[in-house]
Amino acid sequence: MSVAVSGGVPITAARPASREAYVEDVVRAFTIATMFWGIAAFTVGVLIAFQLAFPALNFGLEWTSFGRVRPLHTSAAIFAFGGNALLGTSFFVVQRTCRAPLFGGALPAWFIFWGYQLFIVMAGTGYLMGITQGKEYAEPEWYVDLWLTIVWVAYLLVFAGTLIKRREPHIYVANWFYLAFIITIAMLHIVNNLAVPVSFTGTKSYGAFAGVQDAMIQWWYGHNAVGFFLTAGFLGMMYYFIPKAAGRPVYSYRLSIIHFWALIFLYIWAGPHHLHYTALPDWTQTLGMVFSIMLWMPSWGGMINGIMTLSGAWDKLRTDPSLRFTVTAVAFYGMSTFEGPVMSIKPVNALSHYTDWTIGHVHSGALGWVAFVTFGAVYYLVPVLWKRKGLWSQALVEWHFWTATLGIVLYITSMWVSGIMQGLMWRAYDDMGFLQYSFVETVAAMHPYYIIRGTGGILFLTGAIIMAYNLIRTVKSGQPLAEDRPAGLVAAE
Amino acid sequence: MKFSHAIVEKNVVILALLTLITVSIGGLVQIVPLFSIETTIERVGGVRPYTPLEQMGRNIYIREGCYVCHSQQIRTFRDEVERYGPYSLAAESMYDHPFQWGSKRIGPDLARVGGKYSNDWQVAHLKDPRAVVPESIMPTYAFLASRPLSVPNIQDHLKTLRTVGVPYTDDMIANAAADLKAQANPDADTSGLLKRYPKAVVSKFNTESAELTEMDALVAYLQMLGTLVEFSKLQPEDLHQ
Repeated sequence: MSVAVSGGVPITAARPASREAYVEDVVRAFTIATMFWGIAAFTVGVLIAFQLAFPALNFGLEWTSFGRVRPLHTSAAIFAFGGNALLGTSFFVVQRTCRAPLFGGALPAWFIFWGYQLFIVMAGTGYLMGITQGKEYAEPEWYVDLWLTIVWVAYLLVFAGTLIKRREPHIYVANWFYLAFIITIAMLHIVNNLAVPVSFTGTKSYGAFAGVQDAMIQWWYGHNAVGFFLTAGFLGMMYYFIPKAAGRPVYSYRLSIIHFWALIFLYIWAGPHHLHYTALPDWTQTLGMVFSIMLWMPSWGGMINGIMTLSGAWDKLRTDPSLRFTVTAVAFYGMSTFEGPVMSIKPVNALSHYTDWTIGHVHSGALGWVAFVTFGAVYYLVPVLWKRKGLWSQALVEWHFWTATLGIVLYITSMWVSGIMQGLMWRAYDDMGFLQYSFVETVAAMHPYYIIRGTGGILFLTGAIIMAYNLIRTVKSGQPLAEDRPAGLVAAE
Repeated sequence: MKFSHAIVEKNVVILALLTLITVSIGGLVQIVPLFSIETTIERVGGVRPYTPLEQMGRNIYIREGCYVCHSQQIRTFRDEVERYGPYSLAAESMYDHPFQWGSKRIGPDLARVGGKYSNDWQVAHLKDPRAVVPESIMPTYAFLASRPLSVPNIQDHLKTLRTVGVPYTDDMIANAAADLKAQANPDADTSGLLKRYPKAVVSKFNTESAELTEMDALVAYLQMLGTLVEFSKLQPEDLHQ
């Protein structure tokens, strides 16, 4: 029996299922791409983590220096790993919750898949060659941005088109979040990347905005890349995969409505907390702080709705590895969406800004929430998409879970310590009223924490490699499902 | 009539439009006034467009991802002002496309690094940071010292910047190629350059190469950072935002 809810009403198995097959090949491709780019992003992350501990690892080459490789890591993690997970799961979820195959069939979906991979490769190789706009998380130059815009419009058309031809009366809540993610990212991407190329045959462009306005627009973009790419989209994932794995309907339909609208309204205002005590006017900073604090509530609304969906099914945490990852992810989501508002408070930010505390905060969200919810979804998806009875090895999932969790703990605790220590050292005065530490003394003090952080990264990467191995074995030698039913029937259950 | 959320859940167009409106409001309120409120950028004198050489140096700064580790934004705290100098003004980055305030200090802030170290120190440090600062974790940038600075279309760069709002004059654009070379050539007649770009630092920054190198451009940029505004002449009301 199916447990997906639509407008609070469970879809019953009695409803006539579509005989039209869902587009699944492309979802399989997105799943493989998610794992491939995930491991690439974690590997590059480990490299740059150790570059800060041992600068010889920059190899004295321009293409491997920290300044060029760090954007490769962030883009690979956010846009390649996270993006492929979002696009793939959104195509999986929208077809099933609408009981309709993708709008336009397989061809537009394949264009979106390959178009998106081309965007990633163009952006990433560009960084290594020094082609960048110099805006964080918006580094790709004008021609890559234009290409992504084309792919994204196609994505919006396919997703919204599928919603329109749905065979369900209501649009399921997961799709509200996916749709908000697609629309808002389009808006942010287009505005923040407005630029004039120096020449249409060259790579270099100059952005339309300068100085303080550019800073505001960049962090309006940057914070909402977190809010809509890494939060709204992944909440869409949560709203499908937790109820499915738990076999329970979403805890509160009403809460999902309230926290959806509150979340997307409030998130957009939070950008200025990246610019506290800078040359951005005070009124904007204060608005950013106030809305960031309010954002705590709808964030926890999502967490409560996710976790409480397990009511009556908590025992499944012991037996279902996919669910364990997803639920731990929601717990990390709750933690980082509490930490975020705290760090947006101006006096706290005075200490935390420019330090590793921010890096730790980002990774509790990126590793704990984004990656874990993705792992949970992929563990669920692979047996379904490749029609296997289950995963090849539950024991390896256990190993993955604990190595990755330990890795996150090492990462975020070392960054808390080093960040707070660095912030305190920068502002420390000696008895004579002079600054106590030179800057480079604070750099030297970071060394042991950079090693601990890198070790955490290695553990996290190891977990992902274990996962990839387990998934490959599942596909290659897992037991096939007994009957080979048409895809449409299997999927709609 | 009683509102029911079911209306939104049953119509993709309504759901999408309401979403777009909801996510637009915050940005409109926070961004539009920054363009319309005149005091957003303090009225202070001295800030000018970058010289061609400084702008090319800035492009190298961006290309190498220096902003990943260095901020250019001194906050309004006693310790930051004592460590780095007067806190940063919005006016000081008004011609920065893009802004380079940064978000992380793996290395120190560079908003006022101009003039703090000699040209020779900057070149030696960029070539091998640990030769001058043993604890440094900065990558080496020795290749900049030997790579010629090649900008055949320097005028197009200035014209593009003028399109996006930097007040380069026709005179500046006409002389761009000559100014680019003159700033790194102490023997050249630099009177025109200094008239167009007051306070420009003229020097052969990278003495190890007779050619104009990328190192010259980057050091020319670093040496002017934060030097344009005369802070001793400012009154508190000049800084009111």
